[in-house]
Amino acid sequence: MIEVIASVPVPESANSPGWFLVHSIGMGMGILGLVFFLGTAVGMVRFPDFYTRMHAAGKGDTLSTMLMLTGFGLVIMEDFSITSWLLLVKILGIVLFIFLTTPTSSHALMRAAFEDDEMPLGKNDLKKLRRRLNTSSEK
Amino acid sequence: MKELFAIIMGASLLVLMIPILYRIIAGPTGFDRILGVNVIGTKTAVILVIIGTLFDRVDMFVDFAIAYALLNFVGAIVVSRYFNRTVPLQEMEDRKPRSRRRAKA
Repeated sequence: MIEVIASVPVPESANSPGWFLVHSIGMGMGILGLVFFLGTAVGMVRFPDFYTRMHAAGKGDTLSTMLMLTGFGLVIMEDFSITSWLLLVKILGIVLFIFLTTPTSSHALMRAAFEDDEMPLGKNDLKKLRRRLNTSSEK
Repeated sequence: MKELFAIIMGASLLVLMIPILYRIIAGPTGFDRILGVNVIGTKTAVILVIIGTLFDRVDMFVDFAIAYALLNFVGAIVVSRYFNRTVPLQEMEDRKPRSRRRAKA
């Protein structure tokens, strides 16, 4: 294990064990991003309210995009030439940009919705929903 | 190996976009639609990098992804500024809550 980690900085070919480790980490990050995006998709459909949907979309979308882009940046790398480094730096630049801008646009949309008199669901609405669900399941 | 991973990731991203398209079409308010468009636009940057991997021209497609992320952010900000009435926060809190529209349960 220690040998594998130590062989990461100076691998010769794309098939050496160090690159296999890097590519595996990248693929794991991509699949983790897909899991978070599944959470976003389910939340966008199932949640009852605009603000809860925004909660699902804002957080899950940001984290899944960051994980997927970083994973692809690791999967794409095959050597340590200058173009390869430039590619990784560009992809990390997109990740930084999305990390800054997606919460900002979520906040702006939330503020616009609140000033447009869109109200979140209250306690009574939830009680009504639960009663309707109970009656529909009994029938 | 790289191509197979890219194809699987792109296909599952496209499949997972279908519920968000449903929210765009059937959203009860306009803000739901804007939110769905924002999510899909962010995911398009990822799909552009995947397409670049399949064509072996990632260096070119990464620039497209940067431009797309920028356009997406600017679009969301413009739409929210358009809806925003720019009332001061104090005045908004003084408004009677009865005048606000209740969300439909």
